[in-house]
Amino acid sequence: MKTKSSENNAITKAIGGKEGLVALVVLAVLLLVVLPLFLSVFRLNLTGKYLSYAFVAVGLVMCWGYGGILSLGQGLFFGLGGYSMAMFLKLEASDPESTKIQTTPGIPDFMDWNQVTELPTFWIPFKSLPATLALVVVLPIVFSYLLSVFYFRGRVGPVVFAILTQSMVACLWYVIVGNQGYFGGINGMTDLKTLAGWDIRTEEAQRTLYFVCVGLLLVSILVCRWILATRLGRVLVAQRDKEERVRFSGYNISSFRIFIFCVAAVISSIGGALFTLQVGFMSPNLIGVVPSIDMVIFAAVGGRLSLYGAVYGTLLVTLAKSLFSESYPNLWMFFYGSLFIVIVILLPKGLAGLYQDYLRPWGAKLIDFRKRRVPVQKETVTSQEGKA
Amino acid sequence: MSSGSSTDYLLAVEDLTVSFDGFKAVDSLTFYVDADELRVIIGPNGAGKTTVLDLISGKTAASEGSIKFNNQELLGKREHAIVRAGVGRKFQTPSIYEDLTVLENLEISFPWGRTVWGSLTFNRTPEISDKIHKVAEEIYLSDKLDEKAELLSHGQKQWLEIGMLLVQEPELMLLDEPVAGMSVKEREATAKLLKKVAKGRSIIIIEHDMEFVESIANRVTVLHMGKILAEGNMAEIKANETVKHVYLGD
Repeated sequence: MKTKSSENNAITKAIGGKEGLVALVVLAVLLLVVLPLFLSVFRLNLTGKYLSYAFVAVGLVMCWGYGGILSLGQGLFFGLGGYSMAMFLKLEASDPESTKIQTTPGIPDFMDWNQVTELPTFWIPFKSLPATLALVVVLPIVFSYLLSVFYFRGRVGPVVFAILTQSMVACLWYVIVGNQGYFGGINGMTDLKTLAGWDIRTEEAQRTLYFVCVGLLLVSILVCRWILATRLGRVLVAQRDKEERVRFSGYNISSFRIFIFCVAAVISSIGGALFTLQVGFMSPNLIGVVPSIDMVIFAAVGGRLSLYGAVYGTLLVTLAKSLFSESYPNLWMFFYGSLFIVIVILLPKGLAGLYQDYLRPWGAKLIDFRKRRVPVQKETVTSQEGKA
Repeated sequence: MSSGSSTDYLLAVEDLTVSFDGFKAVDSLTFYVDADELRVIIGPNGAGKTTVLDLISGKTAASEGSIKFNNQELLGKREHAIVRAGVGRKFQTPSIYEDLTVLENLEISFPWGRTVWGSLTFNRTPEISDKIHKVAEEIYLSDKLDEKAELLSHGQKQWLEIGMLLVQEPELMLLDEPVAGMSVKEREATAKLLKKVAKGRSIIIIEHDMEFVESIANRVTVLHMGKILAEGNMAEIKANETVKHVYLGD
């Protein structure tokens, strides 16, 4: 039984002191107040789309930054969530009434084009919204567990694992593209209209979905921060840096690795589902090899040890991408490549490192300076705190 | 793999052999360690000393033989299972978590909640805190609990790793060169520490420093080319002509 105090304790741990609180408030105000005030619904929806990638980056901070497990295939899990949601929406959009011109009415249009005459069995759970939402969480757990358990038990090296994840996401891409009748092929799933009768294409719905997306992102970050604040967080870092020592402290490292890989997978999958809802379609090219590497770059730019940094990194890179590639589509890839090189060489800790190494010491100096100038005020503040 | 016999010894190593590409690093080794015994293994470089510890702690898989701990076969078990059975291992170079504080280093070794769920719900209870403070006192690090481990001196790091084993309360401790790189003063303190913690448990130590060996050992085993050259108390070993020739260099 959890007592109230232990719950409070968990929340305090997740927020992580004054600095953690400031970081949380700054991000929450930016995403929940500033952007919705100043952006048009079109731009806000675009931000929401980018933020759904930030889920993957947050997951990568957990498994790559803290766990030392680099995955080049997070698109796989993003796709599991994205396709689960898309399959639900597609079924809802394919009611017999709106598909009556098909040979077999009541099934998704791409099935009809590919001479599939009956809804495949594995599509049936996606008729129900609760089942779909459950699958968005359960599928990535099952997949990430099965895909990692043998590798971590067999102790493959990190480089090998990165390549394996890369090939897993390539496999998923081929499965989807090769099975047009079952998954819509290279075109993906389009024409998604309503979620349990609620039209997701209206401005009102897009605005609401943006807030749902931000809310879930902040919750995911807090859950991750709580995990890192427990002893598991320390074991995670310890096994990354001193594998042998942790084994000889009696820990079964592979179960910790599987756990953190599953956590990253679930968070990515939630991001995928939100992507489908906000963008209104899902296709294999959104989850393949290249997007999976993009997601690693988002985390690297933000700082692979910073959960908040991952969000800023994702937003900055995607913003730069849309601004740059609109005006100089050919130059963008060169810019993108050099950005990654610069980050790796000059800023191994990403933007978060920039903050930690330069901005924070400067800020601390500033505060210190002000404290010295107005000692009287400082005293009143502390006495007020004392009373409170 | 032979099954090995049932004995009263805490640790019974029988016919233990491991070969790397045909080279037998350990060659049908048989030795027994009593409860409460402090055993030192000495021998020239490449004699297979560290390999023996690797075999007992499950880091290396044996080709043949048996290692029984409390009459329970250790061969084939994985590292963490061997640790949980009661065997602690210290490495040659201090292996601690540099980024964590001394307190956290000791806490992470605490033998409770070593599963994923256990680690998520781990709370520092008063008993755990007491235990950690007691161990910290034993390893002379009471006043360094909140310091980052990377700031400790080399000798203190060695003590911290010994402390990390003590927190686990192992029945058998395997120490690979615990006084390597220590000052004379630190060596003396370590000898005192080891004698104290040896009460109620067995320890196997690999060591080069003969003065240190003399100050702590109950029994000494001399290894040479993967085989036992001699075994006995320090006086017997010193008097042994073959040992003199091969190792002590007279």
